[in-house]
Amino acid sequence: MIAATHLSSTYYLTFAAILFGIGAVGLLVRRNVLVMFMCVELMLNAVNVTFVAFSRALNDISGQAIVFFVLVVAAAEVAIGLAIIVAIFRRRRNGATADDVDLLQG
Amino acid sequence: MPEAVLFFIFGALALAGALGVVLMRNPVHSALCLVGVLISIAVLFVIQDAQLLAAVQVIVYAGAIVVLFLFVIMLLGVDRHESLHDPVKSQRPLAIGVGVVSVAAFIVLGNANWTSGDLASRGVVSPAGTNNVKAVADSLFTTFLWPFELTAVLLVIAVIGGVVLARRSHLPARDELHELEEQDSEVQDSEVPDSEVPDS
Repeated sequence: MIAATHLSSTYYLTFAAILFGIGAVGLLVRRNVLVMFMCVELMLNAVNVTFVAFSRALNDISGQAIVFFVLVVAAAEVAIGLAIIVAIFRRRRNGATADDVDLLQG
Repeated sequence: MPEAVLFFIFGALALAGALGVVLMRNPVHSALCLVGVLISIAVLFVIQDAQLLAAVQVIVYAGAIVVLFLFVIMLLGVDRHESLHDPVKSQRPLAIGVGVVSVAAFIVLGNANWTSGDLASRGVVSPAGTNNVKAVADSLFTTFLWPFELTAVLLVIAVIGGVVLARRSHLPARDELHELEEQDSEVQDSEVPDSEVPDS
């Protein structure tokens, strides 16, 4: 359809790289568990953008199909992760950051 | 509107929103920035001929996942007092270094020539005479049928895990446990002299 005016997939891949980097740095720097989860979502979205860019560059629909599986994994991860966060907060009222969950450290 | 204009507008919006997610102190503001990022990425999907994915992105991510985030934030209370003290020394510069190195590596990889060699043929993105939804459905229910069935198992596991985690445990919580132990020891301390009095 708009094959004549396609933007090179390099732009999308660079965009996805920057988005992934922001998410990774946020995950490592922030201590709030919920914001860390949002950074994981950012990284998953960057991967989705990469899949769709390659899907169009190679004219192969499987890239778009795989994004569905990434979406399912993201949904399951959020459901379980938020349930774990709620369970942790229920047991220790003042534990708000990831550093307070150090029971396995001994 | 040409694709490049839309790409640069919504790409910049998405990156600004991503920075907002990381830099905002209030988790509610982070969640709202995340909505902006997700909708911008949905626009990027549309201009890449992935209309079904754009709709799913808005419905599932912006409609379900972010709402779940906001539910939990409101349930637990907004916590603005995030300590900036790192238990691991120099974690922050190390994290930024790792981020810069990985972004540089991904950009180098993104500029590589990926379309050499034979192309796979699992269906084209925009087949003639049909639309994107049918193309994705054809791929999902033929080539990826087995992974698709496995996602059902994954979702069932997630549902069961969520129910198990959300169930109120019959064991007392950690803080209550300490209180109970202290009460028990107090009771024992006060009972010991009483039991010794009749013997003597």
